[in-house]
Amino acid sequence: MSQLQVSTTVNGDPVEFLCEPDESLMDVLRDRLGLTGTKEGCGSGDCGACSVTVDGRLVCSCLVLGAEAQGREIGTIEGMAKGEQLHTLQKKFLEHAALQCGICTPGILVAAEALLKENPDPTETEVRYWLAGNLCRCTGYDKIIRAVMDAATEMRGA
Amino acid sequence: MPLDTQHENQIRDFKVVGTRPVRPDGLDKVTGRARYGADMSLPGMIFGEIVRSTHAHAKIISIDTSAAEALPGVHAVITRADFPAQQAGMIDTLDHCMADAEVLYDGHAVAAVAASSKSLARRAAALVKVKYEALPHVTDVDAAAATGAPLVKMGIESNIVDTHEFGHGDVEKGFAEADVIVERTFTTEATHQGYIEPHACVANMGGDGVADIWCCTQGHFMVRNTCAAIMGMSASQLRVTASEIGGGFGGKTCVYIEPTALALSKKAGRPVKIVMSRQDVFLASGPTASSSIDVKIGARKDGTLVAGLATLRYQGGAWGGSLVNMGAMAAFACYDIPNVKAVGHDILANRPKLAAYRAPSAPMAAFAIESAMTEMCEKLEVDPLDFRLKNCARAGTKSSYGPTYGEIGLEATLQAAKDHPHWSAPLPEGQGRGVACGFWFNFGGQTSSSLNINEDGTVGLSVGTPDIGGSRAAMCQMAAEALGIPYEKVRAIVADTASLGYNDVTDGSRTTFASGLAVINSANQAVERLCERAAQTWDIPVEAVEWKDGAAHPAGANAGNFAPLTLAEIAADSGSTGGPISGHSEINADGAGVSFGTHICDAEVDQETGRTTITRYTVIQDAGKAIHPDYVEGQFQGGAVQGIGWALNEEYIYGEDGRLQNAGFLDYRIPVASDLPMIDTQILEIPNPGHPYGVRGVGETPIVPPLATVAHAIKGSCGQRMTSIPMSPPKVLAALKGRTA
Repeated sequence: MSQLQVSTTVNGDPVEFLCEPDESLMDVLRDRLGLTGTKEGCGSGDCGACSVTVDGRLVCSCLVLGAEAQGREIGTIEGMAKGEQLHTLQKKFLEHAALQCGICTPGILVAAEALLKENPDPTETEVRYWLAGNLCRCTGYDKIIRAVMDAATEMRGA
Repeated sequence: MPLDTQHENQIRDFKVVGTRPVRPDGLDKVTGRARYGADMSLPGMIFGEIVRSTHAHAKIISIDTSAAEALPGVHAVITRADFPAQQAGMIDTLDHCMADAEVLYDGHAVAAVAASSKSLARRAAALVKVKYEALPHVTDVDAAAATGAPLVKMGIESNIVDTHEFGHGDVEKGFAEADVIVERTFTTEATHQGYIEPHACVANMGGDGVADIWCCTQGHFMVRNTCAAIMGMSASQLRVTASEIGGGFGGKTCVYIEPTALALSKKAGRPVKIVMSRQDVFLASGPTASSSIDVKIGARKDGTLVAGLATLRYQGGAWGGSLVNMGAMAAFACYDIPNVKAVGHDILANRPKLAAYRAPSAPMAAFAIESAMTEMCEKLEVDPLDFRLKNCARAGTKSSYGPTYGEIGLEATLQAAKDHPHWSAPLPEGQGRGVACGFWFNFGGQTSSSLNINEDGTVGLSVGTPDIGGSRAAMCQMAAEALGIPYEKVRAIVADTASLGYNDVTDGSRTTFASGLAVINSANQAVERLCERAAQTWDIPVEAVEWKDGAAHPAGANAGNFAPLTLAEIAADSGSTGGPISGHSEINADGAGVSFGTHICDAEVDQETGRTTITRYTVIQDAGKAIHPDYVEGQFQGGAVQGIGWALNEEYIYGEDGRLQNAGFLDYRIPVASDLPMIDTQILEIPNPGHPYGVRGVGETPIVPPLATVAHAIKGSCGQRMTSIPMSPPKVLAALKGRTA
């Protein structure tokens, strides 16, 4: 199977890669670009652990082909902190102990950032429904919801 | 429970223990830097793929690997014939990882390939041709136990392979004394731990037979010993490093893909990575037992329990070991009953081999017993908390499984539930309120740790128990507490199998208790050595030195007049006072205190769909001492929500053909954020005399009460007493309409 050449932008960096026509963006990020912060939990779009943004839109990268990244801007967990400066959401997840094993955390942070861009002042119910596509098996979601709400409050005040 | 070491003065003024610092591995986990099982790559690495059975039970006639081997880019194809002949102790373990003469469940591994890319490996796996002769199968626990049931494998005469009995007194006499008797049968379906990270490993064996494995596991020493035994290697030839682990809940306490990756690496002469797909995770790893339980309890009119009898039938897959013994032991553990008996039958079925899942076997038993207790309360017209307070186990109670309890916190959790605002809050129209309690044993086990005092006054701590939910933070807190230095000065790592003595698996709620004990011992040994250096510096006897607030002090006026020497000052001079300073501990920890919790739940059943919504939930549990309260609350919340999922939705669904019909997160639905309310928690601290800081394990008990708690709330909301788990919408709707689902 001949490979496709793709030019894209990942976390602001221009990136070129070769991929197979049926290879997912998740596999490209993890296996070809070394960006293993994007996690594979199911490969079928049911768990949200591979959440990234494509041109600002939240997607499961396991459901997007690598070839579809051509000319787009991809955002992953690795691009969330600016140098040593953690994003408010990252700080709040640490402060609230909103992670246990941490495998779902990158996907949830990426999804939560997308939420707060669209809705800076979400209700608890809105946060719960927005994150309903991101499975967490450890926390029961309580501390995650608190961390997102607290981050939203702080970001609105900033 | 034997308590070899009684620790005194546990109520003390802690400085670090009980605070809520940021975990040391936190930054890596919020930035994507943390490396989990599938995140490792090695130079020259190739990819493994496993070929799995499409039959529930069949004889393997032949396996033709020639087409797969001929595909360019394929480096190795293996079957069971590529593994050495096994010693008796490892046959079942290897059988489950790679079938021998017959396949025993849908998804059973029969061959494996390794190729230069993932896609080539998948193509090669599809080229492996297996010829089967289908054999009769059985997947349901009661059907498997019935006379004339299809036999789960060749060479056995019955699917009932073991029976366990616990109890005391005379149950017949007890029931004769009872005024009221409740008798009922309950069933529960199998569930999966549902960790979000699929099993993953990289194995790398050189031509000299020396190998390394990187994998996500709850016990890398277990992986080393098991793989070494299967491959005929010595322990020193195999080093296992535990990656960060993306959830386990008991499901990563055994090997699935590691021996296969090792055998592929041996044959290919390359590092081999295997990552399970989510479908494979459901098919071939983890599930709990499914169960069928008969309960009979008897009480006097005044509400005193006089007899309890339970017969538990658990299937845990095709190899036995359903852990029904734990279910039988845990069944009546919350109660003080003079005449009690629990009998557990271990039954085979054509399903994957059971793995532990958070308080393994206890949730099903608690569902049955607690539901019966609630029904008894209805018959006696007494409050369910008052009834439990009257009959609960206390210090001095002879437990239903043998030992006599020491200081335990069940009564305290029941009283706290009664006093909790949730219990007295008005219940909105249409909702029901449930309550139930739960028990777990907790374990100690083999543990070692090592603590190094660095010359700059910081501390490096090595533990051998993988950190699943923030345990490194608790380890650093306990070391800092014992040394008298700030939390930030200590950094903990999970060391590989070559760097520490043997450590049991992170399971049994043992890590904060047992690894914590080893860490405190290591810190105390380092303190002894720090005091020796101070004594040497001051030229006084070491007995005249005492350690407080992170510094050596002369003990009293007679010891001399010296300014205290801090840990950092002694460390800075260590090179000239005798060399590096460290502390170690190797123990087989005893004295893990048993754990109890009580849960309260409000729920509303939609009369049109049968769907249950949880509207309020409260967990009250005795933690002994909460080292890091955030992570104790997190265990309470996470365990309760797993229990809610088990109660309402999660189940393995097998077809008539014996094949699993819902091997994915779309059809095996675990709770999502929009399904749930906040989960309130109340931590009680009744110190465990077996630990210097009073710690009890907390991880497992929270999954025990929810099944019965939710069932009780459903009864309150819609009037239906559900006796079959999960209480999914079709079942509840059928109950509402007076028919079976």
